[in-house]
Parts: sequence; structure tokens; C-alpha cells
Amino acid sequence: MHIVVCIKQVPDSAQIRVHPVTNTIMRQGVPTIVNPYDLFALEEALRLKDEYGARVTVLTMGPPMAEAALRKAISYGADDAVLVTDRIFAGSDTLATSYALAAAIQQISKDITVDLVFTGKQTIDGDTAQVGPGVAKRLEMQLLTYVSKIRSLDTDKQEIVVERRSEGGVQVLKTKIPSLITVLEGNNEMRFATMANMFRAARYPVKIWNKDAAGIEDPTKTGLKGSPTVVSKVFAPTPRATKAEIIQCESNEPKDLSVTLLAKMFTKFPNIEKELLKRSA
Amino acid sequence: KKFELDERLKAYKGVWVFIEHERGAIHPVSLELLGEGRKLADMLGVELAGVVMGPPGETTRSFCQEAFYHGADLCYLIEDPLLQDYRNEPYTKGLTDLVNKYQPEILFLGATTLGRDLAGSVATTLKTGLTADCTELNIDLDVRSLLASRPTFGGSLLCTIQTLNYRPQMATVRPRVMAMPERDATRNGRIIEDTLSMIEDSIITKVLEFIPDEMQDKPQLPFADIIVAGGRGMKKPENFKLIWELAQVLGAEVGATRPVVQAGWVELDRQVGQSGKTVRSKLYIAVGISGAIQHRVGMDASDVIIAINNDPNAPIFDFAHYGIVGNAMTILPALTEAFKAHLATARKAG
Ligand SMILES: Cc1cc2nc3c(=O)[nH]c(=O)nc-3n(C[C@H](O)[C@H](O)[C@H](O)COP(=O)(O)OP(=O)(O)OC[C@H]3O[C@@H](n4cnc5c(N)ncnc54)[C@H](O)[C@@H]3O)c2cc1C
Ligand SMILES: Cc1cc2nc3c(=O)[nH]c(=O)nc-3n(C[C@H](O)[C@H](O)[C@H](O)COP(=O)(O)OP(=O)(O)OC[C@H]3O[C@@H](n4cnc5c(N)ncnc54)[C@H](O)[C@@H]3O)c2cc1C
Repeated sequence: MHIVVCIKQVPDSAQIRVHPVTNTIMRQGVPTIVNPYDLFALEEALRLKDEYGARVTVLTMGPPMAEAALRKAISYGADDAVLVTDRIFAGSDTLATSYALAAAIQQISKDITVDLVFTGKQTIDGDTAQVGPGVAKRLEMQLLTYVSKIRSLDTDKQEIVVERRSEGGVQVLKTKIPSLITVLEGNNEMRFATMANMFRAARYPVKIWNKDAAGIEDPTKTGLKGSPTVVSKVFAPTPRATKAEIIQCESNEPKDLSVTLLAKMFTKFPNIEKELLKRSA
Repeated sequence: KKFELDERLKAYKGVWVFIEHERGAIHPVSLELLGEGRKLADMLGVELAGVVMGPPGETTRSFCQEAFYHGADLCYLIEDPLLQDYRNEPYTKGLTDLVNKYQPEILFLGATTLGRDLAGSVATTLKTGLTADCTELNIDLDVRSLLASRPTFGGSLLCTIQTLNYRPQMATVRPRVMAMPERDATRNGRIIEDTLSMIEDSIITKVLEFIPDEMQDKPQLPFADIIVAGGRGMKKPENFKLIWELAQVLGAEVGATRPVVQAGWVELDRQVGQSGKTVRSKLYIAVGISGAIQHRVGMDASDVIIAINNDPNAPIFDFAHYGIVGNAMTILPALTEAFKAHLATARKAG
């Protein structure tokens, strides 16, 4: 069993600040982390490794510094790590990203056949949840999204049974390997890195692939060139025509402010009063 | 230099909405998309179509009728037993084939677990662009291009994404982001039937079982009419009981910002915003919430927003309707009492 886990390095959003005057993002000095959702995918792969025996390869496409994310994954117990990095990938949207990742997975598969590909549910920066389905289609793998649980894996029959979160319930699906699974958060917790794995991670020679090593046949399908979507404008949300009416009264005591607010609101929006009376009756 | 659409792509005409349904009911997001799609189709001077795929029968056909009532001019319909439950393979095949045959310029899907699964697959198969979780949709009439806007990472900003020289232009929108259009049962439309060229043996993934949510305790934020939401300004988990007390008096759902959810003060299902739920309440009371864009996009379609914050410059006051500047811990109990007293009096007065 060979599992490839796709991980993405993202800026740690908890530490992002918006410039108070210019209203722009201050990204400088913001530390990067492994996309939190991808850790659930990695842990699930490591769990299968413990239970069935498997080789776990982590893969990322990104700038050279994304190597740090891969080392982190090795420290948790991944066996192998591949960084796909090349200037031509800059500006990739999800269609171009799935092309590059699919090519790299095929390349990885030449050494040891890949049975399962895991991704996170979505990232915390692009936040599209589109890369998983894209990679699956390109590799013609069975696609299982929002998987909350892998019920069973039969390596002889090449069969897998999973629980998939769907609207209003859980679908139990049976399918064949190879398949691509996007793992839902919250159903496992990342293990601690062992001392031995931390040492291994520090010395581990991450494979660094440029476009040729990654098996990219058509460079025009990558980067900005290969991306159908273009960001045409960045703008601030339209301010409401009027700002909030700040409630004030003579005393400015909480009680009087509250009473004043209700009087104003119910006069202007009588339907809200009706709605409230309807429900608390 | 002015953008000129590829000659081959000029044949793509019309706006489509994929009509999502599960267990015999249309997902409301599809109807909301028809409302928005109607506006864009009118701007472009083209027809609005629903795409209905499902098992043969009256129920599936009734979805076409609902689509007409909500603004569609026509529906593309595929009835096939293989479409009984949602599965990626047959749905991707059916929708991709329809697009290739009838060539729409725009295709919308709901950003649900089903819609995201299908949209990502269809866009990759068609090799076209897909914009996720849009909060605003518009048309650049000069170049006949969809302007799909969504919040950008980290900042108080939005970005507009275009898919220029590819068709169809695809986008997903989350439930409750767009307004539900009026249902007009006098409207009608035409149905164009097509077929799914697949057999069960060729579909590798099988549905073994469906376990419905029991729905008992799960908060139903997206459909709540009244919401009281608390943010980091509540300071301590103990203080959050002030939020619950007001919610109880109003019969409201409780919402929260992401930091509050991450701190474990309330469960994940109560998070409002870009990475939580989108709501469209009649009344939204935001307490100790700064009003960051990721929170705002999840709630600013609410009819009336009241903000309570001790910082008069908090961004929330830029888009709330009413504001009280002050300490939440003293304002909230007073507000709860005022609501209680007001509602009691109003009820007595009949
Ligand atoms: C604000 C913003 C908005 C954007 N909007 C769009 C849009 O609407 N449409 C569009 O096509 N592109 C969009 N992009 C570009 C998009 O973010 C990139 O294409 C990115 O490479 C992957 O998309 P994602 O971050 O949304 O990943 P998702 O699709 O959310 O990621 C799903 C999973 O795929 C895997 N994965 C994703 N990226 C990588 C990677 N580089 N290496 C390894 N594994 C990976 C991870 O396991 C991840 O959990 C946007 C980017 C930004 C910053
Ligand atoms: C990719 C991404 C996705 C995100 N998704 C979401 C999301 O879905 N939902 C979400 O909410 N956020 C989301 N965020 C986080 C968002 O950017 C903000 O950090 C968050 O909304 C802020 O929460 P807050 O208003 O509770 O806290 P803060 O911004 O810290 O605001 C607290 C407010 O309370 C006020 N306050 C302090 N003390 C008092 C007092 N005693 N009385 C009254 N007021 C007081 C302060 O003046 C301040 O305005 C996301 C961020 C990123 C990067």
C-alpha cells in the first residue's frame, strides 16, 4: 500500500494583521504552517500505515521554503517527501495546480505504485476545496470527498469502504483502489512527533523536483498561463450608505440605551417586533 | 488592448444553474442561484436554464417545475435510475456531456458538499475555470464576462475573479448568500430531455447505505431568523451565558466568531463567516465582534444588525444598522431585560 498525502504550506492566519490605515494585509513576517486540514489527512494515512502497513509519501507544490512543511510531516512519521518547485508554477489556480500535482503523483507512482491519494478538505488561504477533485479527475481515480471515516480497507480485493459527509447525512460508499480521498477534519488528532522521527526529519533529503523531474509534459498548462481564472480586481467591501446609528440618550445608562434602541428599531422595523412576538408567544 | 473572446467560444450562450436535490427535495441554494442567475441572464439577454438530473419519475420532473417557478426559462433533464443517489461519476458524466452539447456561457452550482464535489470534477474535465464560494456575481458587459467576487485571504478585502478565454465560466455560491427569489406559480418553461450514456457496471463506486442526521441537537444557523452572536470581546467563556440568556428571551440561535469557536466556548456548528455558516437572519445581534471581513460575509445580508462594542471605531459599526458603544457585560443584561419587558407589554396590548 502506497499513500500519497498532498499538503500545502500556508501563512498562519491567526497571525495575520490588517494594516489599520491602508486596510491591506500585512504578510511580512507572518510565519507559515502546514495547512491545518492537511494534518487530518496525514494522520489518517499514518493510521492506515499502523494498521495495514503502508508507505506514506508527502507531496507539496510550492516555493522552496515549502520544504519546511514536508520536514514537519516527516517528523510525524511520513516515509518520503517530494517538493515540486519551479518558477513556472507561480500563479497557478486550482486547474493548473491539479495538473502539476497529478503529474508528480504519476512520477512518484513509477517507483512504487500509488494506491491512495489523500488531501485535506480545503486550505485556509485559497479555501476552494477544488484541488482534490481536480487531481482525482486527472488521474482517473475514484473521488471520495468529505470522508469522515475509513471503515475498512481490503488490500487483496483492492476495496475500500468509507463514510462520506453529504447534505443531511452520511453516505457509506464502497469503491476500488486507486482512489483519492479528501479527509474531513475533526475525526482524528495528529500524533506527537517522536524524537527519532524528529532527528530523521532534520537530516531527511527531501526530493526537490523542477518541472522536468515532476514529469510536466506541457508547461503551458501550469502557472499563470495554465490558469483559466484571473484575479482582475481587489477591493474593499462597499460601505453601507449609512453607518450604524449609534444609540445615545441623556443618561447613557445601559438600561436607557437598551430601551431607546428597542423603541427606535421597532418603530422602523415593525416586522421584527411581530417576528419576536410570534416566536416567544 | 481590448480583450476579444475566442471565436470558437462565442457559440457558448446562456446561464445555467445545477438543481441540487437529495431525498426528494430541492436544496434551497439552487433556487437562490436561479434568482441571481435570472438577473445575470437578463443583463446578457440570454435564457436561464436549470439542469435537473435524477431517477425517472414525477419527483424529478417536479424539480423542473420548481425551477420555472423560480425564474428558469427552460430545463435540461436527465432521468436515469443510475442517478438515484448522488455519486460523482455519473453526475460528472451527465453534466459534462450536457455542457459540451448545449454550450452554456455560465454554470453555477451551490457550494455544498455535493456541489463542490461535482463542480471541481466538471471544471477539471472541461478544463475551465471555477471560482469558489462567491459572495457577489456580476457581468462585465463590455467583454461579456462573469465577475465573480469572493473574500481574499486575511484582509478586509474582496477580489473579483474572471474566467476570460474559457467556457463555461463556472462558480459556486454558498447557501443563504443570495436572496431567495419569489415563487411565481404562473411561470412555465420548456424541458429538453437528454440521456445518460452509462451502465451500472461501469460505475465503480457503490452506495451501501445512507445514514440521515438525526437533526435533534444540531444548531440550524443558516435558517435562523433571529441570531445573537458573541465574539472575543466577551472575554471569558463564563460571560457567554449572557449571550445565551438574551437568545433564550428572543427564541434565537446563538452564533459566534471563529476565535470563540477555536477557544472551545461554543461548538463548530455555531461559527458564522467565511469558514463557517452563512446566515440571512431578520435580526442579528453582534456582541463583542469586531466585524472582520471573514465574519461579515457570513452575516451582512441580515435585515437588521445590532452591534454592541466598546470601541466606537470597530469596523462592525460601518455596516450594522444600530450600535451601542459600551461594555458588553453591562449592556447585555440590560438589553435582555428591555426585550423581556417590551415583549411582555406588547403581548398584553395584543
Ligand atoms: C484569496 C484566494 C482566492 C482564490 N480563489 C480561487 C478560485 O476561486 N479558483 C481557483 O481556481 N483558484 C483560486 N485561488 C488559487 C488557489 O488558491 C491555488 O490554485 C492553490 O494552488 C490551490 O487551491 P486552494 O488553496 O484553494 O486549495 P484547496 O483546493 O482548498 O485544497 C484542497 C487540498 O488540496 C491539497 N493541495 C492544495 N494545494 C496544494 C499544493 N500546492 N501542494 C500540495 N497539495 C495541495 C491539500 O491537501 C489541500 O487540503 C485563490 C487563491 C487565493 C489566495
Ligand atoms: C481564511 C480565514 C477564514 C476566517 N473565517 C472566519 C469565519 O468564518 N468566521 C469568523 O468569525 N472569523 C473568521 N476568520 C477570522 C477573522 O479574520 C477575525 O479574526 C475574527 O472574525 C475576529 O473575531 P472577533 O470579532 O470575535 O474578535 P476580535 O477581532 O478580537 O474583536 C473583538 C471585539 O470585541 C470588542 N470588545 C472587547 N472588549 C469588549 C467589551 N468588554 N465589550 C464590548 N466589546 C468588547 C473589541 O473592541 C473588538 O472589536 C477567518 C480568518 C481567516 C484568515
